[in-house]
Amino acid sequence: MSKVLILAEHDKGALKKVTLNTLAFARQYVAKFGGSYDFAVLGHNVAGVAEALRGYGAGAVHLADHADLQHPIASAWAKVLADLAKSIGADMVVAPATTTGKDVLPRTAVRLGAGMASDIIALTDSGAFARPMWAGNLTGNVKISTANKVISVRASAFDAAEATGGQSPVVAFAADPALASSRVKFVSFDGVQSTRPDLAEAATIVSGGRGLKDRFYAVTEPLADVLGAAIGATRAAVDDGYAPNDLQIGQTGKVVAPQLYFAIAMSGAVQHLAGMKNSKVIVAINKNPDEPIFKVADYGLIADAFVAVPELTAQIKALRG
Amino acid sequence: MKILVSAKRVSDPNAKLAIAKDGKWIEGDVEYILNPFCENAIECALQIAEANEGTETVAIGIGDDETARFIRQGALARGIDRGILVSAEEASIDSDLIARIYQGVVHREKPDIVLLGKQAIDGDSNQVGQLLAEYLGWPQATFASKVEVSGNKAIVTREVDGGLETLEVSLPCVITADLRLNEPRFASLAGIMKAKKKPFDELEIDDLDLEDTDTKVQIVGLSTPSGRKAGVIVKDVTELVQKLRSEARAI
Ligand SMILES: Cc1cc2nc3c(=O)[nH]c(=O)nc-3n(C[C@H](O)[C@H](O)[C@H](O)COP(=O)(O)OP(=O)(O)OC[C@H]3O[C@@H](n4cnc5c(N)ncnc54)[C@H](O)[C@@H]3O)c2cc1C
Repeated sequence: MSKVLILAEHDKGALKKVTLNTLAFARQYVAKFGGSYDFAVLGHNVAGVAEALRGYGAGAVHLADHADLQHPIASAWAKVLADLAKSIGADMVVAPATTTGKDVLPRTAVRLGAGMASDIIALTDSGAFARPMWAGNLTGNVKISTANKVISVRASAFDAAEATGGQSPVVAFAADPALASSRVKFVSFDGVQSTRPDLAEAATIVSGGRGLKDRFYAVTEPLADVLGAAIGATRAAVDDGYAPNDLQIGQTGKVVAPQLYFAIAMSGAVQHLAGMKNSKVIVAINKNPDEPIFKVADYGLIADAFVAVPELTAQIKALRG
Repeated sequence: MKILVSAKRVSDPNAKLAIAKDGKWIEGDVEYILNPFCENAIECALQIAEANEGTETVAIGIGDDETARFIRQGALARGIDRGILVSAEEASIDSDLIARIYQGVVHREKPDIVLLGKQAIDGDSNQVGQLLAEYLGWPQATFASKVEVSGNKAIVTREVDGGLETLEVSLPCVITADLRLNEPRFASLAGIMKAKKKPFDELEIDDLDLEDTDTKVQIVGLSTPSGRKAGVIVKDVTELVQKLRSEARAI
C-alpha cells in the first residue's frame, strides 16, 4: 500500500491546474498498486489553495503555511516537503514537472533516500515509469529501486482529474523551513504580465518562430485574441528578444499538448517538437515547403505569415460573427 | 576562488539513434558533442575567473576516454585550468550516483562554486545540480540566465515559469546554467595546443570514498515513440479555415 503525497502548484493564491494533471497520475498509481493520496500545500497565506483541493478525494490536505515558504526556495521547500512526507509516512512524493517541481523535488529525494524519475508520461503495469529522453526521440521505462520514490509528472500527458466531492480535512503542518540557515535570499521576481490563458492550460496555442521578427506580437496577438488562445514561442524567437522566456516551448522550455497548435514561421527543430508534438491538431504556416515542421503538421499552409495570419484572423473573426 | 564545472558528452541531437541490444542505452557509433548546457556553464566559469583574479577552474567529466577528449577539447581548450575524469560506464549510472561522484570530487577539491548544465540533452533528467546541492547542504540557483559573483555571494537570475526570479546565494553554492546565460566562446588554436599540456587527473569511483555505488533508478527498456504522420497541405487560408472547422472541428 502506497501513500502518495502530491505537492500542489499555485500562483498568487490560486491553485494551478497542473496540480490536477498530477493528481490524475497519482490516482492511476493508487488504482494500480493500492494506497491513498494526500496533498501538500506549501507557501504563505495559501489557505485558499488548500480549501480548493478539499473536493478531490485526498485523505488530507496538509497546509504548511510559513512566511519563509512564501517563495519556492528549493532548500527550504524540500526540507518541509520531506519532513511532511516522513511525518505522514508517505512513500511517494509527486509534483508537476514545472520549474518549481524540477527545482524542489531532487532535494526532497535526497532527504528521503529516494530515487527520482523526472517528467513521467505514463505508468506501466509492472510499475515502471515511462519518460521521454533524448528530446522525446526515445521513451525510457525506468524502475525506481528504493522504497521511497519521487516523481515529477509531465502535466500534458495526463488529463486533469475531476473533483469527486467529499471534504478532505485540512491539516496544519508545523513547518520548519530553516531558511535563515540555508544561505539563500529571495531578491526579486520579474513576472510576465498577461491576461491570456496559461500555456499549460490553454486549449489553443498560437506559437511564433524567429521568422516573425519584431512583428512577433503584431502577428500572433490578433489571432490569439479571436481564439482565446495562449501565445507560445520558439527558443530562437526568445533568444532574439521578440518574446519573453516564459513563452518558450520545447525540450528546455514548456511542454504543451493543446487541442490546436499554430506553428507560425518556425522550422520545426527537434528541440521545439519535443515540446508540442503531442498537440491534437497542428497547423504549420511557413513560406519554405521543405521545413521539418510540415512533417508533423496535420494542416500545412505554404505562405508568408505576414499575409496569411492576418487573413486567417479575419476569416475566423468573420465566422464567429 | 575555485570553480568546478561539468563537461558531459551527449549524442548529437540530430543523430539517428540506435537502441543498444539490452535496451538500456543507445549504441555507440553516433556523433557526440559537448552537452550544450555544459558549454554555458564552462563559459560562465571562465567569465567569473576573468573577473576575479586568482580563480582556478576545474572541469569534471564522468565516462571513458571519449569523455576525456571532450573535457580537453570542450573545457581545457576554451581556457579551463585543469581536468578531472572519473571513470565510469555512462549507461549504468543514474543521476543520484553522478551527484554522489560529484560530491566526492567536491570533498577533494573544495570549490566555492560548482557550475553544471541544467540538464543533459540525452537523459533530460534535470536533477544532478539539485541532488548535489542537497548532498552538500549547499544553496542552489538553478536555470541561471545571469550570474554575478561579488565577495562571497552570487546574485543569480533564473528562468522560471512566469518570468525571471533573482536569488542571492552565499558561496559555496551550486549553480545550473540555462542556455541564455551566455554565448559560449570557441576554442582558439592556441587554446587547443595548450590544452594538451594542462593538468589532467584520472580517478576511479573507488578513489572517492562513496558509501556505495548503487543506483536508485534503472532504465529497464528504451523504445521509439510512434511518430506523427504528416497531414495535408492546404492551398490557401480559406481551405485551412474550412478544414479546421468541418474536418478537425477545432475552431
Ligand atoms: C540544447 C538545446 C535546447 C534547445 N531547446 C529549445 C526549446 O526548448 N525550444 C525551441 O523552440 N528551441 C530550442 N532549441 C533551439 C532549436 O534547435 C532551434 O534553433 C529553434 O527551435 C529554431 O527556432 P525557429 O524555428 O523559430 O527559427 P528558425 O529555425 O530560424 O526558423 C525560422 C522559420 O521561419 C520561416 N519564415 C521566415 N520568414 C517567414 C515568413 N515571413 N512567413 C513564413 N515563414 C517564415 C523560415 O522558413 C524558417 O522555417 C534548443 C537548442 C539546443 C541546442
